[in-house]
Amino acid sequence: MARMKFICDAERCIECNGCVTACKNEHEVPWGVNRRRVVTLNDGVPGEKSISVACMHCSDAPCMAVCPVNCFYRTDEGVVLHDKDVCIGCGYCSYACPFGAPQFPSQGTFGVRGKMDKCTFCAGGPEEHGSQTEFEKYGRNRLAEGKLPACAEMCSTKALLAGDGDTVADIFRSRVLRRGKGAEVWGWGTAYGSSNGGKA
Amino acid sequence: MITRILIASGMVLALAACGEKPQGMGGIKQDAAPYTGVGKSQYVQGGWTTGDKGSWEQQLKARAQYGQNDYSRASN
Repeated sequence: MARMKFICDAERCIECNGCVTACKNEHEVPWGVNRRRVVTLNDGVPGEKSISVACMHCSDAPCMAVCPVNCFYRTDEGVVLHDKDVCIGCGYCSYACPFGAPQFPSQGTFGVRGKMDKCTFCAGGPEEHGSQTEFEKYGRNRLAEGKLPACAEMCSTKALLAGDGDTVADIFRSRVLRRGKGAEVWGWGTAYGSSNGGKA
Repeated sequence: MITRILIASGMVLALAACGEKPQGMGGIKQDAAPYTGVGKSQYVQGGWTTGDKGSWEQQLKARAQYGQNDYSRASN
């Protein structure tokens, strides 16, 4: 298996926010924290494009590079996760991330950010898989349940693809060949290396 | 008198250290591979064997094709 990746097909995204809702519901993400959100470019202008944005689980993740306490790790499947028991909530990852993925609950006194929270590719975190502790800290571990991320599986137009990089790239490629346009994969080069272009 | 005060204050300082929590870098906890599964749960998707990496990968690939590739679904 290659590594896990997200692809958002801007030709298909209709800004329904189903992915955002699915994520919040699946992981019971608290108010004010959005692990995923939909961004619309040229909103209101004919030809506007929407894209669903979350942590892209970068090949060379900037958040990992700048974290002063090394709370991040990458799984064998290429999913970038972090340990909330190690995170000090400094916010460096938030400044480094090109996708604005790191979120902070801001529940602490005196404006303290709290532990960072982000998309886990529905892979939980460094706790016992399927445990209540893992769910409360990181959300549901769908990968260990034999499922794919809820956002992609709930996407009504299948604009958001998630899974094995080769598989989702093949699906996207076949779409582009059929419709003859819309080959640009937003964020792909930034997350997985521009030398790869639209390939897995 | 001065000696007693010094000893007493020294003991207080020594005891204060007992209340300190260790602040060493514990490091990241170990995370098990996803194919090891979540144990018994009503949410586990069937069709693959817990602990078998190959069957887990096949399960996810099949799920990605069936769930996300509407062209292949339409042709079935």
